[in-house]
Amino acid sequence: MLLIPCPWCGERAEVEFRGGGEAHIARPENPEAISDPAWADYLFMRTNPKGWHKERWYHVHGCRRWFNLVRHTLTHRIVASYKPGESPPPIPDETLP
Amino acid sequence: MARYSIFSLARNALSHHEQWPRLWRSPEPKPAYDVIIVGAGGHGLATAYYLAREHGITDVAVLEKGWLGGGNTGRNTTIIRSNYLWDESAHLYEHALKLWETLSQDLNFNVMVSQRGVLNLAHDLHDVREGRRRVHANRLNGIDAEWLTPAEIKAFCPILNLAPDARYPVLGATLQRRGGIARHDAVAWGFARACDTRGVDIIQNCEVTGILKEGGRVIGVETTKGRIRAKKIGLVAAGHSSVLAALAGLRLPIESHPLQALVSEPIKPVLHCVVMSGTVHVYVSQSDKGELVMGAGIDAFNSYAQRGSFPVIEHQMGACLELFPIFSRLAMMRTWGGIVDVCPDASPIIGKTPLQGLYINCGWGTGGFKATPGSGWVFAYTIAQDRPHPLNEAFGLERFTSGALIDEHGAAAVAH
Repeated sequence: MLLIPCPWCGERAEVEFRGGGEAHIARPENPEAISDPAWADYLFMRTNPKGWHKERWYHVHGCRRWFNLVRHTLTHRIVASYKPGESPPPIPDETLP
Repeated sequence: MARYSIFSLARNALSHHEQWPRLWRSPEPKPAYDVIIVGAGGHGLATAYYLAREHGITDVAVLEKGWLGGGNTGRNTTIIRSNYLWDESAHLYEHALKLWETLSQDLNFNVMVSQRGVLNLAHDLHDVREGRRRVHANRLNGIDAEWLTPAEIKAFCPILNLAPDARYPVLGATLQRRGGIARHDAVAWGFARACDTRGVDIIQNCEVTGILKEGGRVIGVETTKGRIRAKKIGLVAAGHSSVLAALAGLRLPIESHPLQALVSEPIKPVLHCVVMSGTVHVYVSQSDKGELVMGAGIDAFNSYAQRGSFPVIEHQMGACLELFPIFSRLAMMRTWGGIVDVCPDASPIIGKTPLQGLYINCGWGTGGFKATPGSGWVFAYTIAQDRPHPLNEAFGLERFTSGALIDEHGAAAVAH
């Protein structure tokens, strides 16, 4: 089970949270102006890395706020969480799990 | 390759069964092949088998980073069925189910298909309406489907808790009698043996580390056993599809999640059918060894670790006891997790890619095992003919651009 550091509430058990998938996917400014493949890329395509992943979480059974997390998808190690609008912490060396 | 029969069994009995030949060779890779399949799971091996059998293409290598059948093929709950809602899926899964029905004879290898019936339970009005709709849709597509009332369910599966005061009372169920289970490991072994017999090289412990391109087409792969050239490459890597696609510079609409399953201690035969519930969220069958095999949902976060979280197990045990109170004192013996490649519409991607000569078969999510022979059959056609078969035409990567998604979250029943 993951122990997830909510930036507002501190470390809490995974069951208090709901995962929100990949972070930093910005909605295109002018959806009507972009091509279908560009829209598909925004809507459906995901990086899905085997390694460090910036992802969104929702503290549904806590403060009910969204935040971002940097987590490794193979070791499940968590580097840090950060609030929406803040810049992500530096990603550790990919070669060190 | 020695053909299995009552006579070969008798002949080998004379030598105390010590002289049986190996099921497949372990060859070193050749410098080049006509077709390379990446991934020696059920779908990859089935693809190579049908390439050889249906299309006469035998200069094929199946590359596997671990051991064959060591991924999700060896880690699933072995359920086979074809009761999907939409025409496209129904045709694809029904094609697979028909292949299952004769697969043991085709492969000369007992894959232990047992058509014991699959129940999908309905626990509320919405489930009832969806279930009945799916029964009608299946029948229109020529797929056997029945609607059972609680009394009929009681007669079909007596140990199921049908108390009207249950927290989630069972109000009805769909039944596909031709659905059931198959022996998952035997599927991998049977296909591998049949591939090898036809001259396909199955190369294990050979991880693909790069995909070689030349002017918009693929020309081969870099592997841990060196460079191997090929005219056509099929990626069938389930949970690792995004990783492989990234080597070719492609992005996929896929996220990888752990899916857990577990088995109980073996007990006397008590459950003769497969019971699935999307609402309380568990699916259960009993293996020929007597173990109860059960699974449920994915862990919600992305992961490539072949293990899941304990809360998911706890939730599915709760669901299991809601349906089968008599299992309350059973011990669970083993749990395991596989990495499933989940698509936004709970349907697979089988088709061509923007790169000439590169084909992809992925996105089966939590329900790929049931499709194994059908998936290999249509993918072999797609690779051999360089165009999709009518059965998998709708399942191309293009649907995420056109918007023609095949939303099977309902019929996938659980876990998406």
